[in-house]
Amino acid sequence: MTDTVRTTDRRFAVPGRIAVSEQAAAVWQTATLTEIRRETPHAATFRLAVPDWAGHLPGQHLMLRLTAPDGYVAQRHYSIASAPDDSGHIELTLDQVPDGEVSGWFHTVARPGDTVEVRGPLSGFFAWPGDRPALLLGAGSGIVPLMSMVRHHRGRGLTVPLRMLVSARSPEELIYGSELGAETTPVFTRSAPPGVPVGRLTAAHVAPLLAERPSGGWEAYVCGSNGFAEHASRLLVAAGQPVDRIRIERFG
Amino acid sequence: MNVTRGFTGRPRVHHPGLPPGQYDAGEDWPVLSAEVTPDLAAADWSFRIDGLVERPHTWDWDTAHALPASAYAGDIHCVTGWSKFGVRFGGVSLDAFLHVVRPHVSATHVIAASHTGYTTNLPLADLTGGQAWIVWEYDGKPLPSEHGGPARLLVPHLYFWKSAKWIAGLTLLDHDEAGFWERNGYHERGNPWEEQRYSGD
Ligand SMILES: Cc1cc2nc3c(=O)[nH]c(=O)nc-3n(C[C@H](O)[C@H](O)[C@H](O)COP(=O)(O)OP(=O)(O)OC[C@H]3O[C@@H](n4cnc5c(N)ncnc54)[C@H](O)[C@@H]3O)c2cc1C
Repeated sequence: MTDTVRTTDRRFAVPGRIAVSEQAAAVWQTATLTEIRRETPHAATFRLAVPDWAGHLPGQHLMLRLTAPDGYVAQRHYSIASAPDDSGHIELTLDQVPDGEVSGWFHTVARPGDTVEVRGPLSGFFAWPGDRPALLLGAGSGIVPLMSMVRHHRGRGLTVPLRMLVSARSPEELIYGSELGAETTPVFTRSAPPGVPVGRLTAAHVAPLLAERPSGGWEAYVCGSNGFAEHASRLLVAAGQPVDRIRIERFG
Repeated sequence: MNVTRGFTGRPRVHHPGLPPGQYDAGEDWPVLSAEVTPDLAAADWSFRIDGLVERPHTWDWDTAHALPASAYAGDIHCVTGWSKFGVRFGGVSLDAFLHVVRPHVSATHVIAASHTGYTTNLPLADLTGGQAWIVWEYDGKPLPSEHGGPARLLVPHLYFWKSAKWIAGLTLLDHDEAGFWERNGYHERGNPWEEQRYSGD
């Protein structure tokens, strides 16, 4: 008699073709800041040269660490905003958090030429390789990993359906506003352009997208604060999206 | 050491309870789960231990609560970087559940599974001897659903992803088998004091 028992539960499938070996992700690498672009009054994009970056899938994040002269380190997770490419660069977009230790350094001290350390990419679960129809719901800086997916979709000329619903306080606060296209429906919670209603994401925003029913069904990706993630994922479930086809990234 | 120009960090007092690379989240308790928070009523919750045990057993809410109560007061540490000091959980020691099912001597590892399908692996030795609990109370109140209520596993000496939320069961094995996050590049064991965050650490 053999005592071996195998567990078979694989309900949460990780997208196929995870690009990067775990060994590559385990190594801290030096990244050099090459460019800073303002996106909104509170968010900016930081372009980093990472010569040995092993590549990533849209949706993945990395771990970033800053070191003080006394050896104190602060490490935080940041989603990768750029699509996978072979430029040897990646981009991060950071919200300036009030009193934020790491985002504060980026927004008030960092300048091109500075170096930080990164390891990754991490977590294949939220990744989208571009294989299935993708329904993206984000709020605030939660748009960052979703934008990597949108950029990937455009850059590769993919034809698989992709739709994005993104919530921001106002048009000025909408990160990547000028880059968003017909795939995106913005929802404004505090102020909106004339003729556009103000209010939070509702079932009425989600219903027309679910009604599209692309072949194979949507893979839904939800990203933002925990409050937004709870709200948006509940709307999706209520509208009929299967729970095991909703992937959530919570920024905290 | 790779010092970051102009970075000093916040003024800080060293806390001996803070593992390397962690910060004190204070009153915050961030929520980190990759799936939809399930609508799981206490009456629908069940907990099963099977695999390499003499008597596989399933508890429901009432039979689990009939076991002797046990509490944890101490710290918790999440792999994403925050730690929380002096938290209090109430439930039942895992030893009380294992006493009922009687593990085989060949059992060395465990796969913990949640009611949502999430899994995580642990050495059995990390779950015995008063080191692990099934908990349903936080700070004297029912455990909130976004933190794993009605009941979660609690293994406070390991990074918190090992403390599976919405715990549905444990399967005892005679070998190690990666769970959900471990297949996604996280460490097999997850000891915060050794910074075992990702595979290869
Ligand atoms: C998977 C993942 C991906 C993410 N991706 C992004 C992204 O793409 N873009 C983005 O902008 N963010 C992202 N985040 C959030 C990011 O990791 C940080 O949490 C965020 O940048 C804030 O970090 P900080 O160091 O600036 O703020 P912190 O210093 O951590 O402060 C956050 C808040 O806590 C308070 N606080 C914390 N510690 C103390 C203390 N010791 N004393 C006083 N106050 C304190 C601060 O006042 C502040 O309000 C992501 C998070 C996760 C988990």
